[in-house]
Amino acid sequence: MTDLRFTPGQAVDVRNAIRGGSWRVAAYRYKNMSKWMSSVIAFGLGNPILNLIAFGLGIGALVDKNTGGHGIAGVGYLQFVAPALLAAAAIQGIVDEVTGPVLDGFIWDEYFFAQAATSLNHKQIINGIMIVASGRGLFTSILYGGVLVGFGAIPLASLLPLILVGVVSSTAWAALVFSWTSRLTDANSVFDIIHRFVMMPMFLFSGTFYPLSSSPIYLQWIGWISPLWHATELGRALTIGTQIPAWLLVVHVLYFVIMFVVGLALTYPVFKRRLFS
Amino acid sequence: MNDAPMIKAVGLTKRFGDFVAVDGIDFEVRKGESFGLLGPNGAGKSTTMKMISAVSQRSDGELEILGKDPNKKGPEIRAHLGVVPQKDLLDRELKTWENLYVYGRFFGLSKKYLKPKVEELLAFAQLEDKRNSKVDEMSGGMQRRLAIARGLVNEPEILLLDEPTTGLDPQARHILWDRLFRLKENGVTIVITTHYMDEAEQLCDRIIVMDAGKIMAEGSPAELIKTYASKEVLEVRFGTDRNEETAPRLANLAERIEVLPDRILLYTENGEATLEKVIASGLSPITSLVRRASLEDVFLRLTGRTLVD
Repeated sequence: MTDLRFTPGQAVDVRNAIRGGSWRVAAYRYKNMSKWMSSVIAFGLGNPILNLIAFGLGIGALVDKNTGGHGIAGVGYLQFVAPALLAAAAIQGIVDEVTGPVLDGFIWDEYFFAQAATSLNHKQIINGIMIVASGRGLFTSILYGGVLVGFGAIPLASLLPLILVGVVSSTAWAALVFSWTSRLTDANSVFDIIHRFVMMPMFLFSGTFYPLSSSPIYLQWIGWISPLWHATELGRALTIGTQIPAWLLVVHVLYFVIMFVVGLALTYPVFKRRLFS
Repeated sequence: MNDAPMIKAVGLTKRFGDFVAVDGIDFEVRKGESFGLLGPNGAGKSTTMKMISAVSQRSDGELEILGKDPNKKGPEIRAHLGVVPQKDLLDRELKTWENLYVYGRFFGLSKKYLKPKVEELLAFAQLEDKRNSKVDEMSGGMQRRLAIARGLVNEPEILLLDEPTTGLDPQARHILWDRLFRLKENGVTIVITTHYMDEAEQLCDRIIVMDAGKIMAEGSPAELIKTYASKEVLEVRFGTDRNEETAPRLANLAERIEVLPDRILLYTENGEATLEKVIASGLSPITSLVRRASLEDVFLRLTGRTLVD
């Protein structure tokens, strides 16, 4: 049993305390994440390997055989689906970072309220979570891209553009999902709702496995509003050289910028209300 | 010596829609003081505490904490506060020491500062043996001590404790009181909310008694007891159905009486002498007890209700 050496008010430098809080929240999240990092890595590697086996050796071989060796859009099937698979993995993986931690922060352990009692402000807490989410998008994209290159599914030159698209698309998507999860007061069915009714249709109907134009017109709208389709189109344009008009390229980029800005703009006031009102 | 109050509230008000949780209260907390907010559940103590913690915006009135307006300078103020909320809000994924460390990092404290500080706090909270345990592996009392240690990591100017011992067993409460008393001795300014009178009497230099969002009385525990109660209290029981009918016969034997469903309280300067008078008047209580008057009696006098209804 000891007494404290205690000089009230002397330990904290206020300027340090109120600046750079986002990075400290991110560092805390990474520390937390390190507890289950092995499963993040296992999923990050296992997912592309299984997909490569399925789409490369399975469906890909069948499609390539039936297209007389021309594949789709002038490339082999695996090369055609590779940008979509990488973007899908990044978009799916990042959802974990803006669902579980947010439910934990507001509902389960309510840790956001502990953070709010410090010199952090609501934007720093949000930005810290977004930094980690982006990091997860980057990590997933690097692992996925590395496996694709390693298996010869994409040329090395395509790696960087695909990683970039993976990070941008997944981060924008995370901001939008965050604006929804930040409003939740009840954790029931959250994961079912997002995976069954959002992620699964997105994965199936965003031109992931075939050009969106091949699907019936009444299903194409799902692709138009889906981040996965925009990411896939960007990825294909940057890697296998599919021709898209310049204005559409701008639309794809703007789509993600707007999604990111709107997502955060909708999230900030909710955190402020729940933590500081 | 700077005599400016650490906390100054004038007409402090908090509304939630039409409901007024805190209704225009005035108080000041001085440096090194242990200040208590006493009242039953729903009195407005925790809402007041949240405003003092700079996490809840006031609806009306003025509030200054460390000379600053919390509505405008929340992060700056919170940098110098230590908050121990009603729920512990510990991270269950992290170990005990990690909980202290990451919390310190939120204040921008360096690793060099935090490394010895964490060990010092673990020793202070008597949790050295639990250094590498996860939160769920510790008892409620230990978790509470960890929450208090966490609130001290930034060496705050004011330590705010919201119901610090609610839900703890008597032994855990006494260990906690000992720790808090040591902080008080070290000159830490402490603000504490509680609905336990003994806790307020043990720890607080000065108290405001709150009910329905208003301050009913203010003073040191001794002053409040002296003003609103008597030196001693005689508690007598005649059986639930007989207390009410017996009360008129006791009215002249004490300065004041309170009739509760299960007992009658007689406020007097000498409990034993009053008990003798009760027996001499021909009444035979089933049980009797003479005790020192407490803040519970003050609250009863002020509101007509007990603290824990």
